[in-house]
Amino acid sequence: MTAPTVDEAAGGVLQGVGVGRRAVVGPVAQVRAAPAVPADAPLVVDGEVAGPGRVHDAVERAFAEVAAGLREQAAAASGTVADVLAATAQMADDAALRSQVLTRVDAGEPPVGAIDGVVEMFATMFEQAGGYLAERVTDLRSVRDRVVARTLGLPDPGVPRLDRASVVVARDLAPADTAALDLDKVLAIVTELGGPTGHTAIIAGQLGLPCVVRVAGAADLPDGTVVAVDAAAGTVQPDPDDAVRDAFERRRVAQAALAADTAPGATADGQAVALLANIGTPADAERVGAVAEGIGLFRTEVLFLERQAAPTVEEQAEAYAAVLRAADGRKVVVRTLDAGADKPLAFATQPDEENPALGVRGYRLVRSHPELLDTQLAALARAQDATGATPWVMAPMIATPEEARDFAARARAAGVVTAGVMVEVPAAALRAGDILAEVDFVSLGTNDLAQYAMATDRLRGELADLLDAWQPAVLDLVAATARAGAATGKPVGVCGESAADPVMALVLVGLGVTSLSMAPGALPAARYAVRRHTSARCGQIAAAALDARTAREARAAATALVDPEVRTTLAL
Amino acid sequence: MAERTVAVASRVGLHARPAMLFTQAVAASGVPVTIAKAGGAPVDASSILFVMSLGVPHGEEVTLAADGPDADRVLDELVALLATDLDAPDAPGTAAAS
Repeated sequence: MTAPTVDEAAGGVLQGVGVGRRAVVGPVAQVRAAPAVPADAPLVVDGEVAGPGRVHDAVERAFAEVAAGLREQAAAASGTVADVLAATAQMADDAALRSQVLTRVDAGEPPVGAIDGVVEMFATMFEQAGGYLAERVTDLRSVRDRVVARTLGLPDPGVPRLDRASVVVARDLAPADTAALDLDKVLAIVTELGGPTGHTAIIAGQLGLPCVVRVAGAADLPDGTVVAVDAAAGTVQPDPDDAVRDAFERRRVAQAALAADTAPGATADGQAVALLANIGTPADAERVGAVAEGIGLFRTEVLFLERQAAPTVEEQAEAYAAVLRAADGRKVVVRTLDAGADKPLAFATQPDEENPALGVRGYRLVRSHPELLDTQLAALARAQDATGATPWVMAPMIATPEEARDFAARARAAGVVTAGVMVEVPAAALRAGDILAEVDFVSLGTNDLAQYAMATDRLRGELADLLDAWQPAVLDLVAATARAGAATGKPVGVCGESAADPVMALVLVGLGVTSLSMAPGALPAARYAVRRHTSARCGQIAAAALDARTAREARAAATALVDPEVRTTLAL
Repeated sequence: MAERTVAVASRVGLHARPAMLFTQAVAASGVPVTIAKAGGAPVDASSILFVMSLGVPHGEEVTLAADGPDADRVLDELVALLATDLDAPDAPGTAAAS
């Protein structure tokens, strides 16, 4: 997430959390909120309060119409969107929900109160179950709102029909609402609630829409107000002037050009910086296309998660071969199983570890389950034989040179010659020279390195300021690793979130990192930033970051040395 | 009262798509069926809301119960369904998170 760069004094700029880097200008289309009706509001027909019989019929018809409408939308949609709509339609169609509401209505309870009461009972059950179900509560309440509106003859809540390209604004969007959007007419999505990892943000990301969430006051913007939405800065600016409009248009043109550039990564003076993609499945590998020079991180644990037993050697060999074929001769770095801590496995990890992040995870599983690693390496060797490609392999969570030596010996014995390790533990960063003496390359996992350097659990959102790759102590560890790579002439890559930050990419290149691996969508910005700076300039940017005393100062010092045109184009 | 106990085979448990397919099959059978977790109260198995509320993870056993002449046949069919992975990897919306 980039720091906001908006002038606080600018008229009425609303600040939120941006998802993506794009920026657009367009008119607001407010998503209508749920009808605000009291629980005891009566159903009035022809000026008279309806009795239980008529209420029963109205409620039953409302449920049927809402379910039918959602099913119709589902049939017209595809993929995840269709699934979300179909599941919501089935909630509206639910026999238990309907019969319990009708039972209360027949007993004389007002319709809104009856619907509220039953929906809230289910919502409470979902919330208590937690996880996936807790997230479905938004869907359940959107069913409630639709049924209440239909019963009382009020306009349907939710997404309006868009007659022109618009910025869709809501307090919160149910996934079913997001799914119902006419995408040809949606420029961006803005919400008051929600988070950067919520449903709305994820769906917007999948649809390639700029999105800003947690924008206080967004729901008060009048329909039709023209706003400038900047996902990179996380801002929504009402009534932008011509200068802002022109700047956004230049960014749009420049970003379209960035995405079209798929040449190999290099600095302005021609120093190669391999730009690679992080993937989790063979399907991801298929999608990478020409934007990356190869795969810098294939997270094999995705093959193992939510299973009762490890995949067989045949099954794994097939998946690895599929990735090698998709890479079509380009580099592929396969990471062996990184399970444990926040990625538990039923058949390998211990559920009762007191401090799982400090426990038996990653390469350490070899102590209790050596067969897992040996099966993986055998499968990789088979995939190598089957495809004729020569993958690199690396182990996660290596702390000592002995572990590195043991892993390399196992890999080479299996027939995979190029063996490396992840540097995620400060001990490995500080003694990277000794580690590199045992292996062919190292790759820095900056998220975990920051977690262990700063003693900060990656999953604790409230400590996000500590868990920052810009922390000078983390930068020192990266610099120590890169120095060891330069001294031994061996490659040092980075395959963490930090490589996706274009300014950090310049710092990493300046420190001597030789490859950057990231989500494919982040590659064009990194490629452009690297191309527009000489290796000497990257060195100055890195030095400025290392000289800083705090994470914020480090980022500011580095950003100040970035080419102004790059800053503008990428909205840094 | 006919009863069957079966371990849920779907890798995501009895949520999302598997819950949808299961409750649709119960409704289509026309026979009132209940579903319960070990030691839990039985709930209406045709209700996706009740079924999802059980929060049944992969591998956990559930008990189905029904009455009437068709009970045995319907329960056998439903048991076969639950013993299948209804969340196959090619199913939409099942992309693994990383």
